[in-house]
This record gives sequence, C-alpha cells and structure tokens, in this order.
Amino acid sequence: MPTNELAGNETTANTAPAATAVASAGSASEGNDGPRPGTSVSLRGLTRAFGATRALDEMSLDIEPGELVALLGPSGCGKTTALRIVAGFEFADSGQVLVDGKDVSGVPANKRDMGMVFQSYSLFPNMSALDNVAFGLRMRGIGTAGRRQHAAELLDMVGLAPQARQFPHQLSGGQQQRVALARALAIQPRVLLLDEPLSALDAKVRLQLREQIRTLQQRLGTTTLFVTHDQEEALSMSDRVGVMRSGKLEQVATPDELYSRPATAFVAEFVGTMNRLPGELSGDGRAVTVVGVTVPVQAGGPASGPVDALVRPENLTVAPSEAGDGIVTVRTFLGAVTRLTVRLSGDTEVVVDVATTAAAGMTPGTAVQVGLPQSPVLVAARES
Amino acid sequence: MAALTKDLGIATAPPTPPARRRKRSFAAWRWVILLIAGVYFLLPLAAALRFAGLSAFGGVFTTPGFGSSLWLSVKLAAVTWLITMVLMIPTTVYIHLRLPQLRRLLEGITILPIVIPPVVLIVGVLQVMPLALRSSVWLLAIEYVVLTMPFAYRALDAGLRAIDVKTLTEASGSLGAGWLTTLWRVILPNLRTGLLSATILIVALVLGEFTMASLDLQQTFPVWIVLFDQTNAQISVAASIFALVVTWVVLMLITVVSTRQSRRGGGGEVTLFSVAPRETIGN
Repeated sequence: MPTNELAGNETTANTAPAATAVASAGSASEGNDGPRPGTSVSLRGLTRAFGATRALDEMSLDIEPGELVALLGPSGCGKTTALRIVAGFEFADSGQVLVDGKDVSGVPANKRDMGMVFQSYSLFPNMSALDNVAFGLRMRGIGTAGRRQHAAELLDMVGLAPQARQFPHQLSGGQQQRVALARALAIQPRVLLLDEPLSALDAKVRLQLREQIRTLQQRLGTTTLFVTHDQEEALSMSDRVGVMRSGKLEQVATPDELYSRPATAFVAEFVGTMNRLPGELSGDGRAVTVVGVTVPVQAGGPASGPVDALVRPENLTVAPSEAGDGIVTVRTFLGAVTRLTVRLSGDTEVVVDVATTAAAGMTPGTAVQVGLPQSPVLVAARES
Repeated sequence: MAALTKDLGIATAPPTPPARRRKRSFAAWRWVILLIAGVYFLLPLAAALRFAGLSAFGGVFTTPGFGSSLWLSVKLAAVTWLITMVLMIPTTVYIHLRLPQLRRLLEGITILPIVIPPVVLIVGVLQVMPLALRSSVWLLAIEYVVLTMPFAYRALDAGLRAIDVKTLTEASGSLGAGWLTTLWRVILPNLRTGLLSATILIVALVLGEFTMASLDLQQTFPVWIVLFDQTNAQISVAASIFALVVTWVVLMLITVVSTRQSRRGGGGEVTLFSVAPRETIGN
C-alpha cells in the first residue's frame, strides 16, 4: 500500500491547496491511473449494535488513496454509523479503522485530521464565513495573517470570495454548505467525510454542488467517504459505490458495474428502476423463461424454486401486436425516451422504456407484445 | 424603511378584510389589557412615591446601612452568578449532548426549588450545614444558587435548543478543537442570549430576595429596607423605589444591548425566559 509522506505530516496547512497535488514517491508504483496522492482508509470488520439492532455487522471496506467511495442505502442501513465511526464520533463494538495502515480506533475525533461536511448546517453562527474556514487553521496554531489568507483562498476556490465577511445566517443553504466544504478542506484533511451534505438543498443547487464537490475532490486528490441515500448522487459522483443493507455491504463496485451487473436482488432494485417478471427456471437453474423467451441466468440468484427475473426497463422490448399478451396502461413522456407501463396477463405490470419516436403508436389501451433480448438476467426468489 | 417593515412584521402583512377586522379588535383589546395592567402596577408605585415625597430621595444615600447592604447584595449576586454558571453551563451542555433522555428528569429537579417554600429550604440548609459555613455570608450565596437554578437552567436550556449543539460540537471537534476550546469558542458565543437571560434572572432574584436573607440574619438590601422601614418609613420607601428603578434600568440595558448584538450575529431577541428562534433563510 503506497503511503503519502505529505498527508501524514501534521503541519501541512501553511501551503496553498495546490501543494497537496504533489504526488508521493510511493504512488509511482501504482497502477495505470497515474500517481495518486492521498491516504488509504480501511474499515475492518466493523460491528456496532444499538440495543438489539445491529447498525453495522462485520462491515469491511477498503478505500484507495484519492478515491471517492459512496455508501448508499436506505435509512437505517448503517451507512451514517460507519461514517461516524471513521470520524471518531462513535465507536465500534469490534473491528478497526485503518488510516494509511494504522489503527486509529483509539484516536479522538479532534486528532484524526479528517474534514467533515454535515447534513445539517454546521457553520458556527457567531463567525463570518472567513472565520469559519479559518477555524481549523487556528486550532493548528497558524497565525492570523496566514490563516486568513489561506481561508480566503479556499473561499475563492468554492466561489464565495465576495461572501467572506458574511455570517452564516446571511448565506443561502447552498452557500453555507460550500463554506462548510471549504472549512473541511482548509485543514488539508487526510480524509474527507461527507454526511449527506446535499440532502437539505433544493434540486438545482444540489446538482451544481455535486459537480463542484467532485471536481474539487479530484483536483486535491483527497480520499473521500460519502454517505447518501440518493442513488443518483452516489452514481454520478463516485469512483465506487458501496450499497448497504442492514449493516452489511451488499456490493462495492463502480457505478457502471453496479447498474449493469448488480450482485444481488436488493442492489438491483435499490439502484435504478427494475421490473420483476415471473420466470420459470430450467432444471439445472442455468436458464430462465420469461415472457415466453428463454435466456441465460446471471450468477447470484437462487438455482431453484419460484423466481422472478429482474430486468431494467430499457432492456425490454415492446411492439404493438394484436396477438400480444400485454396492454399499455400508462404512457409517460420523458424526453428522448417514453416510459410505457404494460399490464401482462396474470396482472403483472412492467415498465418499458422505448425511444419516443417508437412509442408514438402505443397509446394506452394498445395491445402489445413485450420481449426480452438474449442476454443474462438476474433472478430473485419470488415475493408473494 | 426595510428595517422598520421587518420589525413591524405582523402589522404590515398584506391584510385580507376579515383578518383586518379581527386584528383591529385585537388591537383594541390589547390596549385595554395594557391599561389594566399598567394601572395595577403603576398605581402602588405612584402612591409610594407620593408617600415618600421627593425630599426623601436625597436622604437615602446618606442613610447608615444603605451602602453596605446594597454592596452586600451586589457581591452576593456576583458570587451566585459565578457558582451557578460554573455548575449549570457544563451540566446543561453535557445533558444536551450526551444524555438528552435525562432532560425531563433535570427539568423536574430544577422545579423543586420553586415548589419548596424558601422557609423550608433555609431551615433544611441550616440543619445540615457545617457550623463554619452557617455563620458565613457566603452561605447565602450557596442558597441562592439553589434558588436561581431553575431559572438559569431554563434560560440555558432554551438557548441550547436554539442551536444545534451536537453538530456544532462535532464540527468543531473534526477541525481539531478540544472540548474546552469548543465550549469557549463555539458553544458559549452562540449561547450568549441564553447566558444573558440567565444573568438577568439571577441578578434580579438575588437583589430582591428577602426570606432567606432575613432568616439567615444577613442584612442584604431588601432586609435593610424592611428593617429601616421601622425607623423611617419614608426613606425606606424611597430606597425601594430607587432599587426598583435601578434594577429596571440595568435589565432593560442588558436586554437592549444583547438583542442588538445577537441580531448582528443572526440570533434572536433576548427575553427573560427564552430565546426567539433564529431566523432561517431557505436555499
């Protein structure tokens, strides 16, 4: 595991942020992505119970230096607990958090050198934007002039130089979160922790800030753990996404892989839209017959018993057919594609995305035939 | 003009006809109630003023005991304030951060000094206190700490409710601050309104307390007023009016100044019992 000399240094805060981009000697040996500064983080077998419920259950995750990993999952899946254990605000019943290979479990939060952006507005109300950003530098004993200059640079970096003198209550929600981001980055943290930083913002601001966070994170190469319940956020910002359920990681993969090759039914249905279609497994469990088509089964599901095939709307085909066993019930225009809801015999409803040009003839009430191209599909035990 | 409109929020809101009618009758009632309350409070004062006569005010300051008893009361207020703050700030912050489920219990406990009559309280205290402390003036300060605790707790609790202590503490911690730095630089400055409310209440309570002081045989200002009443009723009444006016001016000053300061930092209005919620801007 390559380590970074700079990141381990406690007194790095006196230089401009660009200085962190200096790669360590160790990263030269890394793969084809080129040199990556930053710190590695490993979660090893983290378990945390609150009463009878296990918020975390033997959770393990390795984050590469400079990587942004999102933890995605429904509320109560343990993602926030994991983040707070990394931050040092909560402690695991068992397991370790390794930062650059060193166990930090016994290190208090204020000595961990981790920048954090919170879900709720967390700026100090009694300080101006500039003083908020400079706070961490002050704690590190940087002189007034030095910390003000550095804080001003960071505010400039998040596009808020004109607001430096304003107090939090004079800033919009989006601006507050950008100041919070600048404040977290000002200490040149070894790890950046983002706890649903966008969830309190409205859609448009969220989108802008999403891009801004990602751009900055890549520029600075700060190892980042990002917790969210918003799959779009996770998929669009991350190098890898870990989908969590009941304290366990179901799958950790690149956004592309997560979407196209989900490992489990939970991941498949949590990420993106997914149809459940009744299927009939072959004797050896390697093929499944769905809507009259037999296709190979993707590994990861049950090999026998009653199953549903999981198919994304864009992976189904639909065509008008008098003899078809489906009827279009709803047609929703989404721009380039149109989403059709089709009721199949046996009262199964499926949604199919088709090119808007092709959907013209399929108004609600049209008889259609739904088809499935020859590619492996994931199956899951049927839900009654 | 903008500031004016903001301050008059309700009055300048676009009125719909029925609402306006309701508001006008409200306004009328408000004046009636204000008038009744005014008469109730001001009439005795006017009577006292008339009884004392203006010439009595000149004699107040030269009367023996006036200076020493007032000074004692001020000292007691200061010491009570210090002990209360040192005890109650960490306690209330800790309860908010770590043991929020105990908030109800603490609220119940802090009600006790109000429920238990001062006479009972002081007799109890005198029973258990060591002799050395029993003859000391400062015993009174310790008793006043108990007496003012409910008010201090409530003011601090309201102040802490108005801010997100947990997130602020964690944010401060993640930036490298220890708990003492967090308390001093992050929590206390944002608790200023709550602290001032507590201060106002403590000062007002201690400066006006009679029962405990008199049972403790200490000549605080209120005790002196009552005792002197038997010698020269007019000067005594003048002294109490004087005390009332001074206390009132001090309290108004603290309220106005702290509200102005709090507004600058985005805080709410400082009132005696609670802190008006912080104004929030949307996204």
